[in-house]
Amino acid sequence: MKEEIKLMKGNEAVAHAAIRYGADGYFGYPITPQSEIMETLMEEKPWETSGMVVIQAESEVAAINMVYGGAACGKRVMTSSSSPGISLKQEGISYMAGAELPALIVNVMRGGPGLGTIQPSQADYFQTVKGGGHGDYRLITLAPNSVQEMADHVALGFDLAFKYNNPAMILSDGVIGQMMEKVILPEQKPRKTEAEIRREQPWATLGKTKDRRPNIITSLELDPAAMERNNIRFQEKYKKIEENEALYEALSCEDAEYLIVAFGSMARISQKVTEMAREEGMKVGLFRPITLWPFPKKQLKEYGKKVKGILTVELNAGQMVEDVRLAVECAVPVHYFGRLGGIVPTPDEVFGELKKLCK
Amino acid sequence: MKLTEIINPQNVVYKKPRLMNDRPMHYCPGCSHGVIHKLIAEVVDEMGLEEKTIGIAPVGCAVFAYNYLDIDWQEAAHGRAPALATAVKRLNPDKMVFTYQGDGDLAAIGTAETIHACNRGENIVIVFVNNAIYGMTGGQMAPTTLLGMATATCPYGRNAELNGYPLKISELLALLDGTCLVTRQAVHTAAAIRKAQKTLRKAFENSMAGKGTSVVEFVSTCASGWKMTPEQANRWMSENMFRKYPLGELKDI
Repeated sequence: MKEEIKLMKGNEAVAHAAIRYGADGYFGYPITPQSEIMETLMEEKPWETSGMVVIQAESEVAAINMVYGGAACGKRVMTSSSSPGISLKQEGISYMAGAELPALIVNVMRGGPGLGTIQPSQADYFQTVKGGGHGDYRLITLAPNSVQEMADHVALGFDLAFKYNNPAMILSDGVIGQMMEKVILPEQKPRKTEAEIRREQPWATLGKTKDRRPNIITSLELDPAAMERNNIRFQEKYKKIEENEALYEALSCEDAEYLIVAFGSMARISQKVTEMAREEGMKVGLFRPITLWPFPKKQLKEYGKKVKGILTVELNAGQMVEDVRLAVECAVPVHYFGRLGGIVPTPDEVFGELKKLCK
Repeated sequence: MKLTEIINPQNVVYKKPRLMNDRPMHYCPGCSHGVIHKLIAEVVDEMGLEEKTIGIAPVGCAVFAYNYLDIDWQEAAHGRAPALATAVKRLNPDKMVFTYQGDGDLAAIGTAETIHACNRGENIVIVFVNNAIYGMTGGQMAPTTLLGMATATCPYGRNAELNGYPLKISELLALLDGTCLVTRQAVHTAAAIRKAQKTLRKAFENSMAGKGTSVVEFVSTCASGWKMTPEQANRWMSENMFRKYPLGELKDI
């Protein structure tokens, strides 16, 4: 398959991007608003073309553990779900972080807590960037704001996961998953051969050859001294990721007196708000973290020194605002505006909040 | 007579399996796990599958199975081994993939993963060690604990009203269209061990031939958990466990 321009939903773009990346396997369980990912894969039948395996599992718990098994073979494997299902996957995510396995997880967020609503939300920010599962670990977190980025972040997520042997998550929401936009799909890459995986992932459990000792993939270590050493190694890796992999987009930030900080669908709405503000002569910029962990705190801190105030716009009760305050070290007032439970604010509504701040 | 004259190939009647690692086991005296590990090591070696075999270890006493067999291993979360094995086999259809699970792992926390892997007919072997107790955590009630049997969490004996009934999970798995072999074995006598090994080999052959899921249950002892000597435990197993969990083929197609 050559590079192609298509019109499709964010969820569908994830499926096509996974096939074209040369992913080896997808394991999922249906849940709104992301079921189109598995539906598209089943319709495309990639097992007949690239050789990608697609399985509908009996639960989110089984799906994430299938991902663990596939990842432990050094394969490019992924799953996707939405908030309640992602809560169920936390066990597997923690185990993969502990076993240092690379994999891609997609969360198309909906409103919670509990069964909540099927409407869009960004209320899993804390769950994703602060932990979620048990133990001291970090999840590389990407926040797409368009159908194009839904596709692009599949490749980016897999690449970062394999660079650091760590699970990565695309933290999207019901708006980005369901909306249709133009997307450029990359050309088909071949899947890795077993020989390539044995060379590039020498830890992979693909059968013990005579020239090496058995590979054992585990997160278990009963000797506390050894377990502390493992944890220190994880922390060193996380530090390296924080230093090297933070991504962000700054729109009209250079001369800005006020900043909006927003990610995903809220960054799209906030982009409109900055345009409205500029039309009225207000110097407003948009700072959009693309990686939520690592959070682009150094870059945001620099902008924080130059502005009079910051407004975070989130589909939650104020979660990212804590990281923004930490990043700017309280050098400027940081306000929060958000809607809850699946309500998406209009640009006018956000602009009204911004005006209150700029007074 | 010199030692080298005695130890020559034609005089060897028994030796440690080549794929068993030379390290002390953490299992208690009289435990069935060691014998079952040995059978797997011998079957993998006999079939020449050393470079193709991936074992999935459980949570429970056999959590350290990966220390004893000289093959690649993955350590699963509690109960999830069949999910891992599903992906490993589907992504690597030419490999030999087996899970090794206890009664709590397979028939309590992992019931869904077990039933659905079997129902999909995954071409894997499930080695199921049923000693009717949670050994690793200190002897608590298992789904397969017999009625009246005392454990740390049913100290007055398992009571159907309070705890439900012993789960005959292998009978349940035999009903599924995806399984091709469901069998119940034991390793308490030399004859039983020989028979179990033959059956285990058949299960491995089924897997490589793509015939579906093979489940090999081993009714086993837990001398420590049962608070018995190894000899008493073997006798108690024969008299009580076999009545609820009779040995033999439940399904073989």
